[in-house]
Amino acid sequence: MKHRISALFLGTALALAAGSALAQDKNVKIGVLTDNSGLYSDLGGAGSSLAAQMAVEDSGLAAKGWKIEIISADHQNKPDIATTIARQWIDVDKVDIFVDVLNSGVALAVNNLVTEKNVVMINTGAATSDLTNAKCSPNTIHWVYDTYMLANSTGQALVKAGGDSWYFLTADYAFGHALERDTAAVVTKSGGKVLGTVRHPLNSSDFSSFLLQAQASKAKIVGMANAGGDTTNTIKQASEFGIVAGGQKLAGLLLFINDVHSLGLKVAQGLSFTETFYWDLNDGTRAFSKRFSERMKNKAMPSMVQAGVYSGLVHYFKTIDAMGGNPRDGVKVVAKMKEMPTDDPLFGKGTIRVDGRKLHPAYLFEVKKPAESKGPWDYYKLIGTTPADQAFRPLSESVCPLVKK
Amino acid sequence: MQALYAQLLVGLINGSFYALLSLGLAVIFGMLNIINFAHGALYMMGAFCAYFLLNIAGIGYWPALIIAPILVGIFGMILERTMLQRLAGLDHLYGLLLTFGIALIVQGVFQNYFGSSGLPYAIPEELRGGINLGFMFLPIYRGWVVVFSLVVCLATWYLIEKTRLGANLRAATENPTLVRAFGINVPRMITLTYGLGVGLAALAGVLSAPINQVRPLMGADLIIVVFAVVVIGGMGSILGSIITGFSLGVIEGLTKYFYPEASNTVVFVLMVLVLLVKPAGLTGRAA
Amino acid sequence: MSAMTDDTLPVTPRAMRDEMLVFAAMAVLLGLVPLTDIYPFFVMQALCFALLACAFNLLIGYGGLLSFGHAMFLGTAGYCSAHALKVWGFTPELGILVGVAASGALSVVTGYISIRRQGIYFSMITLALSQLLYFIYLQAPFTHGEDGIQGIPQGYLFGIFNLAQPIVLYYVVLAGFLGGFLLIFRAINSPFGEVLKAIRENEPRAVSLGYKTDQYKLLAFILSGTIAGFAGSLKVFVAQNASLTDVHWTMSGEIVLMTLVGGLGTVFGPVVGAFVIIAMQHNLAGFGQWVLVIQGVIFVACVLTFRRGIVGEIGHYLKRSL
Repeated sequence: MKHRISALFLGTALALAAGSALAQDKNVKIGVLTDNSGLYSDLGGAGSSLAAQMAVEDSGLAAKGWKIEIISADHQNKPDIATTIARQWIDVDKVDIFVDVLNSGVALAVNNLVTEKNVVMINTGAATSDLTNAKCSPNTIHWVYDTYMLANSTGQALVKAGGDSWYFLTADYAFGHALERDTAAVVTKSGGKVLGTVRHPLNSSDFSSFLLQAQASKAKIVGMANAGGDTTNTIKQASEFGIVAGGQKLAGLLLFINDVHSLGLKVAQGLSFTETFYWDLNDGTRAFSKRFSERMKNKAMPSMVQAGVYSGLVHYFKTIDAMGGNPRDGVKVVAKMKEMPTDDPLFGKGTIRVDGRKLHPAYLFEVKKPAESKGPWDYYKLIGTTPADQAFRPLSESVCPLVKK
Repeated sequence: MQALYAQLLVGLINGSFYALLSLGLAVIFGMLNIINFAHGALYMMGAFCAYFLLNIAGIGYWPALIIAPILVGIFGMILERTMLQRLAGLDHLYGLLLTFGIALIVQGVFQNYFGSSGLPYAIPEELRGGINLGFMFLPIYRGWVVVFSLVVCLATWYLIEKTRLGANLRAATENPTLVRAFGINVPRMITLTYGLGVGLAALAGVLSAPINQVRPLMGADLIIVVFAVVVIGGMGSILGSIITGFSLGVIEGLTKYFYPEASNTVVFVLMVLVLLVKPAGLTGRAA
Repeated sequence: MSAMTDDTLPVTPRAMRDEMLVFAAMAVLLGLVPLTDIYPFFVMQALCFALLACAFNLLIGYGGLLSFGHAMFLGTAGYCSAHALKVWGFTPELGILVGVAASGALSVVTGYISIRRQGIYFSMITLALSQLLYFIYLQAPFTHGEDGIQGIPQGYLFGIFNLAQPIVLYYVVLAGFLGGFLLIFRAINSPFGEVLKAIRENEPRAVSLGYKTDQYKLLAFILSGTIAGFAGSLKVFVAQNASLTDVHWTMSGEIVLMTLVGGLGTVFGPVVGAFVIIAMQHNLAGFGQWVLVIQGVIFVACVLTFRRGIVGEIGHYLKRSL
């Protein structure tokens, strides 16, 4: 018995050795590094793992002899925990590709690591546009959105629609400052005026003082250069202080469908902001979102971050399949991904730019009034589209070393 | 000048929460000699309680204002009976560590089940809308928060400083053995006091639910500010903690207007200044 | 204040010898780690936290002062070292020096303010001060807010040791840890340490004996803060980033937890505690959302039933002080 087992072992080992010598390595490990418990867990979290799972199932790669494994972990929005996990995933678990990786701080930390260790990151969650600018990497693709695009699309479209005077409510830290600066530049360029700005501390619970100042400015648009709980609290308290009822319009510079869901339409109605994905855009997005929502614990529709995980992995699978095997070389895979045009039901046809920026259209939405909504998750009206080639930072403004000038 | 009045009023609203929370801390400290680190978590539970009452049992804001503090108060009393009581006679710092652990557990569990984005809780029908005061648009609900918490604070002060129950309580703080000899059940009194302090936190939670999103971490950072308030005011007097709470809210409100960059640090800076000038706090006795 | 630590055991020459033996064993074991399968980055991280917890323990175990803001030293040193290394292009030894000096200066100021009160007030004041610093770092441009300082170059220590090599880095971190540990050990067993213990047990009596107790407490605070800062500077080389996590109050809580689990006031407790908590975080990362809850449960369990901590219990069982 013992002999037979060891013979079996030997046989398998030989077969494996021969296999790797003859055929290509067809094992891939995907690491979903996300926030499972914190502020952004509704945005990524379990939904991102599900999206990755669905991408694997839909790819049909298993039938072609690929063995794909998904692991996931909670980075708790802490860059140091994230790097520890990521380092171990690469060194010990041999992870080939990171997806989601929301939170800008975490994303920048992991970005350094994937470059150092030559694996792939498809970032679908982080906002910072540095990932494809000053900190761009031949190993990283930034898939869904970034701060430049959000500022650009929202600022431009709203000024065009008559919102030509702005007052900013800015979270007082690097991220808020960047968002305000980019938006203010676009507003001025489009012919609008910035009347003033007030900086509030991060994670404030009370925005009444700041809202009073915004109200007194009489600006047509109150731009919220903040994120997460700060934004939802601002919106809620703005409705209390009658900002929108008084004729001013709120513009979110970083807001997601999950935020609208948690606020409820009554409070969120009339808000305008930009996303690159909405479940109810077309037949393709609707079909995917229906399947997705049925498998979610809370029946939530996919956020753009989760949709990005699916879309990014679909393209990744196409690429490695075309390469015939896993080359275990991040730079090579990403280069190939940039060569191939992208096409999936969620983001449509698109391309990946040399700096790692995935290009697709940006949509400006307005949140429906409660009476206009036909049911749960029916939240948005599309009021403007910025084409893919205009939505993101032009290469001429880029400082990314990968961009040859 | 108009804007200044508006900011003063807005500051008073925040002050109400500081006052309610620091009052609860002072009441508990007076009797149990511990700093209740779980205060922020219990404040959050109060808000969640109101949310559940509305969404599961269909019980609205007004009953929740009474039911939620009682439920959370009972939860607090269970904590006191099963855990805090076992720390009697040990260093008071253990109480701090224990309640810190409880806060982590409570916040973690809520975060796990309800995410972090927060749940909406609507302002009750009767208090919607606002009044134009000429210098500002005051949402009626905010005005209500100030008035109501002022009433609750003064009632608590009256209960502790002016009634027989309060007298027993204060006596038990000074000399538990002697009070026990008079046939008063001191452990039960301690439990009830803890329940009262926790109930005040929960009440603040219910009050804040319609203003802020109901979030698992809504109390986590707030409690540290309240700690600073308590250090400034000293925990020696009930009235002192009420006054300090309200006035720091106003000072913070003014900072938001004149120098918003410092508005979340101003309380801490004031704490440093007070410590340098008057180490025992403005009204407190030395610990 | 005596209830916080188990001090029924006299410090005898035998105890000193025991401790030196355990220290030697610990140093040898840690020195052998790279030969094993254990993931070195895990151990390096744990060593940084172990030193941090030891520094914290110096205050609570020997000074009776429970600091709930020790993360501020960790974070300050981390940010300053990171900035010096990355922006100013300093060499590693100078980078560490900058971090340690910054945390030392910070501990002078915060110590001066916080030792004015004792007991619970001291804890609350340190917590509030660290929150103040948290907000300052959040807004200060050089920390890059939530993004933190990323991709810090590791460089060559003294121009010779290439810290980018895990094995070299490991031994450098280990040397730093052992050095810091010995310094604390030395301080505890010096006349200075004895006075501290006297103050912890009975401050009025120490005053009446003519000791300027505030000066001793301040000195202990500065020593503790500076060593905590040294741990923070070392951590920069391991993590290659400096972020707000290190200044947040949850970090201060973790430091307390590590020391509590290992044993408050024991010499080796903080080291054991740091390894236990870091290992736990490491292995439970998949459970993400539950890590905080589990930490809370450990806090409660330790306070209610296990106040001596792991090392304290072992020491109590062996009737030795460890």
